[in-house]
Amino acid sequence: MSVESSFEYVTVRIGEQRFGVPVTEIREVFSPHGVTSVPRAPEEIAGLLNLRGRIVTAIDARRRLGLPPRPEGANCMALGMEHGTELFGILVDEVGEVVRLDADTLEVVPAHLDSRWRAVLTGVHRLDNELLAALDMKKLIAAGNAALAA
Amino acid sequence: MDELIGEFLGETSESLDVIDNELVKFEADPTDRATLDNIFRLVHTIKGTCGFLGLERLEAIAHAGETLLGKFRDGSLVADSTAVTLVLQSLDRIKDILGTLGETGSEGEGDDSDLISRLEAMAMGQAPAAVAPVAETAPAEAEASPVSETLDELEAAFLAAPGPDEDAPAAVGEDEEDVGFDEALGRALRPGEVSLADLEAAFQSTPGPEFDEGEDEDEDEAAMEAVSAPAAVAAESAKPAAATKPAPAAAKAESHAARPVSTIRVNVDVLDSLMTTVSELVLARNQLNQIVRENEDSALKTPLQRLTSVTAELQDDVMKTRMQPVGDAWRKLPRIVRDVQQDLGKKIDLVMEGEETELDRQVLELIKDPLTHMVRNSADHGVEMPEKRKAAGKRETGTIRLSAYHEGGAIIIKIADDGAGLDPEKIKAKVLEKGLASESELASMSEQQVQRFIFAAGFSTAAQVTNLSGRGVGMDVVRTNIEQIGGTVDLSSELGKGTTFSIKIPLTLAIVSALIVTTGDARFAVPQLAVRELVRVGPGSDHKVETMNGARMIRLRDRLLPVVGLQDVLGTSGKIEGDASIGGYVVIIEAAGRKIGLVVADVLDTEEIVVKPLSGPLRGISIYSGATLLGDGSVIMILDPNGVAQEIAHGEAEAAQDIEQADRSSHPAHQRLLLVRAVGKEAKAVPVSLITRLEEFAADDIEVADGRHVVQYRGRLLPIVHVGGEHAIKTEGRQPVLVFSEDGKSAGVAVDEILDVIEETLDLQMGSERPGIIGSAILKGEATEVLDIAWHMEQAWAGTPQRRPNDRRAVLLVEADAFSRRMMAPLLAAAGYDVTVASGMREAREAAQMGADYAALVGDPGALKTLADEGYWADVPRLGVSDDYGMGGAFEGLSAMTRRGDRGGLIAALDRTASREDVAA
Repeated sequence: MSVESSFEYVTVRIGEQRFGVPVTEIREVFSPHGVTSVPRAPEEIAGLLNLRGRIVTAIDARRRLGLPPRPEGANCMALGMEHGTELFGILVDEVGEVVRLDADTLEVVPAHLDSRWRAVLTGVHRLDNELLAALDMKKLIAAGNAALAA
Repeated sequence: MDELIGEFLGETSESLDVIDNELVKFEADPTDRATLDNIFRLVHTIKGTCGFLGLERLEAIAHAGETLLGKFRDGSLVADSTAVTLVLQSLDRIKDILGTLGETGSEGEGDDSDLISRLEAMAMGQAPAAVAPVAETAPAEAEASPVSETLDELEAAFLAAPGPDEDAPAAVGEDEEDVGFDEALGRALRPGEVSLADLEAAFQSTPGPEFDEGEDEDEDEAAMEAVSAPAAVAAESAKPAAATKPAPAAAKAESHAARPVSTIRVNVDVLDSLMTTVSELVLARNQLNQIVRENEDSALKTPLQRLTSVTAELQDDVMKTRMQPVGDAWRKLPRIVRDVQQDLGKKIDLVMEGEETELDRQVLELIKDPLTHMVRNSADHGVEMPEKRKAAGKRETGTIRLSAYHEGGAIIIKIADDGAGLDPEKIKAKVLEKGLASESELASMSEQQVQRFIFAAGFSTAAQVTNLSGRGVGMDVVRTNIEQIGGTVDLSSELGKGTTFSIKIPLTLAIVSALIVTTGDARFAVPQLAVRELVRVGPGSDHKVETMNGARMIRLRDRLLPVVGLQDVLGTSGKIEGDASIGGYVVIIEAAGRKIGLVVADVLDTEEIVVKPLSGPLRGISIYSGATLLGDGSVIMILDPNGVAQEIAHGEAEAAQDIEQADRSSHPAHQRLLLVRAVGKEAKAVPVSLITRLEEFAADDIEVADGRHVVQYRGRLLPIVHVGGEHAIKTEGRQPVLVFSEDGKSAGVAVDEILDVIEETLDLQMGSERPGIIGSAILKGEATEVLDIAWHMEQAWAGTPQRRPNDRRAVLLVEADAFSRRMMAPLLAAAGYDVTVASGMREAREAAQMGADYAALVGDPGALKTLADEGYWADVPRLGVSDDYGMGGAFEGLSAMTRRGDRGGLIAALDRTASREDVAA
C-alpha cells in the first residue's frame, strides 16, 4: 500500500453499490454507443465499440461483479481506460462526482465478501453514511476467467 | 554517442549475418579468395569501429579473429572446419556482447581470454611467427596514402574507414561530397557514414589511445585522416579494387554496384507509424465511401474517387517500403545447417530459391523463428546420416530445398528435404502414448492427417533428443506462430523419400481483403485469403444443404462438402441458415488443412479491412483473429478461418468428416483389431486398444459363485461372461479370456478362440440392435461383427451392489460422433440411466422444444455449452466428454469433464452430479 494520505476517486454506481475508481486510472468517461457483441466471449465482455477510430473492449462491471444484468434500455456510462496498449471501457450504471478521501478511512476488504468482489477491490472506505468500495481497475480487467470458472 | 552505438549495432549485426554465411561458403571452398576477402574486410570493419567506440572486449575478439583470418588470407594456414568453427564461435561471442550492449549500453563484464587464446593458438600454432598480422600494418599504410593504387593499400584504407556498409558502398559513393555537411544539414546519418564531429567526440571520450594497441600519435592521425573521408576512400577503393582483382571479385563488386543507387536508411518505427496512418486513412476513405453511397448525387463523388485511387496508390507504396526479400529471414540458415552437419556428421546441401520474393517486414520478423526451427528440424531429423542414405540407395549428401514464391495475395514458402520422411506408424504410436487421440480416431484418419500430429502440442518424434533439437520449441509452436499471422502450414511426406512443409502466409498483416458476411443481425469479416468459393444455397439455386445424422453438407461438383452454420460456430441461437426453406450462402474456406463450408445468411461486400488486434480477454477465442472498423464506423469481428475449421473439427462436423473420409477412401487409415471366434463360425472383432490383456484359464479354475462365473486372478475374483452366454463357457481344456480393466475394476469376456490380430480400417457399416454387438464392418473382405465391450463388461459386473435399479434418472447424450455414441449409450443405460440420444444440435433442440427434462446432459462440451447458451436446460448439470482438454471457452460451466475412453470416470462423475441434484431437490 502506498503512503499517500488521501485518495482521489471518481464515484460510480454499479447496481446498488457506490464504488470509487482512482481518477488517475481513468482516461475519459463516455456514453457507449454501438456496442458489437462478441459471441463466445467471456460473459462479462459486453462487446467492442468504436471510440474515435480506436476499438474499445467494453467490460460490463455488473456481470464482472456477479450482479443481475442491467434492465433493458437502462442508461449506462463507460469509464475509458488504457491497459498496456489496449483500450477498455468499463460499463457502469452511473458516474458521480469526484471525491477526495482520507487514507485513514480505508479498511481492508472484508473477508466474507463474495470472491468476485474481493478479487477486484483494494479496500473499503468508511464514509459517514455509506461504504465506498475502492475498485482496482487493473484487476477488474484482468480478473477474468479464473473467477468465473470457480 | 548513443545514436552512434545504435547505428553500430544495426550495421554490425547485419555484417555478422553476412560473415556467418560467407564463412560457410568459404569452408566449402577454401580457395575462394573473394569470399575470404569479404569476410576479412567485414571483420576488420567491426574491429575498427569497436576501437573507435572504445568497446574493448569486442575489439579484442575481433582482432584475434582477424589475425586468424589473416593467416588464411596470406596462405600460411589452411582453413579447415575446426578453424572455421572457432571463428564462428567468436562471432557468436561477439553477438552475445552486442546483445548486452544493445540492452545495457555497455559491453558487460566477461572474460574472453579463453576464446582469444584459442584463436591465437590456432593462428600461431600452425604458422611461422614471422608473419605479422595484416591488421596491425594496415592503418600505417592508410596514412601514407589514403587513396592509393595497390590492392593491399586500397584495402587497408578501405578497412580503416569506420564501417562503410557493405550493402551500399555505391550509394555511399554517390553522396561522398555530402559527408562533411551532414551536421549542417541536420539529416540522419547514412549507412556507413559517421560524421567527423561524432567521431571526434567518440575519440575524445575514449580513454587513452585504445586504438590499435596504443601506438604513437601518428597512429591517431592516420585514423583521423582516414575518417575524414571515409566514404570517399571506401567508394573509390571499391571500384579500382574490383578492376584489379580476379574475376570473381569483380563480379562481386558489380553485383554491389547494381544495387539501387539512392537508398536511405529509415527507422522501422517510422515505417510502422506510416503504415498505421495509412490504415487510418483507408478507414476514413471507407467511411466516406459509405456516406457517398447513401447519397447518390453527392458532389463529393468525383473528389472521393480521386481520394480512393490516391489512397490505394499510397497504400501500395507504403506497403512497398515495408517489403523485404524473404532471403533476409534465411540468412542465418546456412550457418544453422552447417552446424548440424558438424555436430551430427551429416552431409547436407541447402538450396535456396526465390530469396528475392518480398513480403511485409512485420510478417518476415514473425516467420523468422518458425522457419529457422523448421529448417533445423529438417536438417536434424529429416535428413539421415550418410551411411543410412547410402544404404537406402540415396546420394550421401542430403538436400534441403527452401523456396518461396507468390501465389495470389500470399507467399508460399516450402521447406523440402529428401530425408527419411515421417513414419505414420511411429507417429501413431506416439499419439497413443501421449493420449492425443484414440486408436479409433487414428484409424479413421488419412496418412497425412496422422502426420499432421507433429503439429500437435507436446509432440516430438525424434527418438532421442539431440543437441540441436529439443530446445523446447516444437512444431506446435511453429504452427501457432504461423497461424497467428493468418498463415497456414501443412506437410506432405513420403516414407523414405522426404518431407515437404509448405507455409502459406499473407503478404501483409495490417490490411487484408475480407468478405463481409452476416448471420442474424451481426456482421463478420472473413479474410479472402482463406475463401475458396461462394455457393448460393436455398430456393432458386442449384445447391441445397442436406442433413445426414445431424451433420450438414452440400454437394459440390459431385463431392460432399461438410458445412456448418456460422451461428453454430458462434454458439448464437436463432434460425439456422441454409435450411432448405431459407436462402443463404455457403462460404467455402480452406484452413487447417481441410475444406469446409460456412453457412451464412448473406454476403454483403468485400472490403479492405484494417486488422486491429483483440484485447487480452478476447484473444483466447480461437475463432477470431481480430476486429475491424467498417465504413459506417461499426466494429465487427474478423473470423479466423483456422480457428473456425478447428472448432468444427471438434463439434458437429465430426460426423460429416467421417463421411468425407469414407468418401476419400484412397487413404485408408488402419487400426489394430483382434479377431476372435465366438458363437458361430464367423470372426468377431474387438479393437485391440480396449483390451488390457489376453489370458487363458484352465476350465477347472473357473468357478461359479452366486450364479456367476468367476476366476481367481491376481488375488481377486474376476467375473467372466461369455460372448455366447453362460453355457458357452468351456468346462474342460483352456478357456481364452479377454481381460478388460477400467477404473480399478476388471472383467473377463470369454470367447471360443482367439484367431488373429489384423490391421484394418474399422469402418462400421451397420449398426446393430442386438445387445453386445456394436455393428458390422467389412474386415479382410468379410462382414464381421464388432463386439460391444462396454455392454459385456456391464454384464460381467451386473448385480454388483452399488447400482440401484429403481433409480433411473433421465440423461441426454449429445454426441455427434457415431462411434462414441454407440459406446456411451449402452454404458449409461447399464449404469441405470434412462438415455436419450441426440446426434446433433438439432435433435437436442427438438427434445428441448418437446419439453423433455433431464437430470444431466452428457456429451460434447461445445454442443452442451451451445445448448446452455441458448437457454436450453440452463440449470441442468452438464458433463463434458471429450479427448480434447484445450478448447477453452467450451468448458465453462461444466460440472465435470471426462475423456472418451474413461467410461468408469464418466459414470462416477455422472453419479456424483446426479446425487448432487438429489440433494438440491
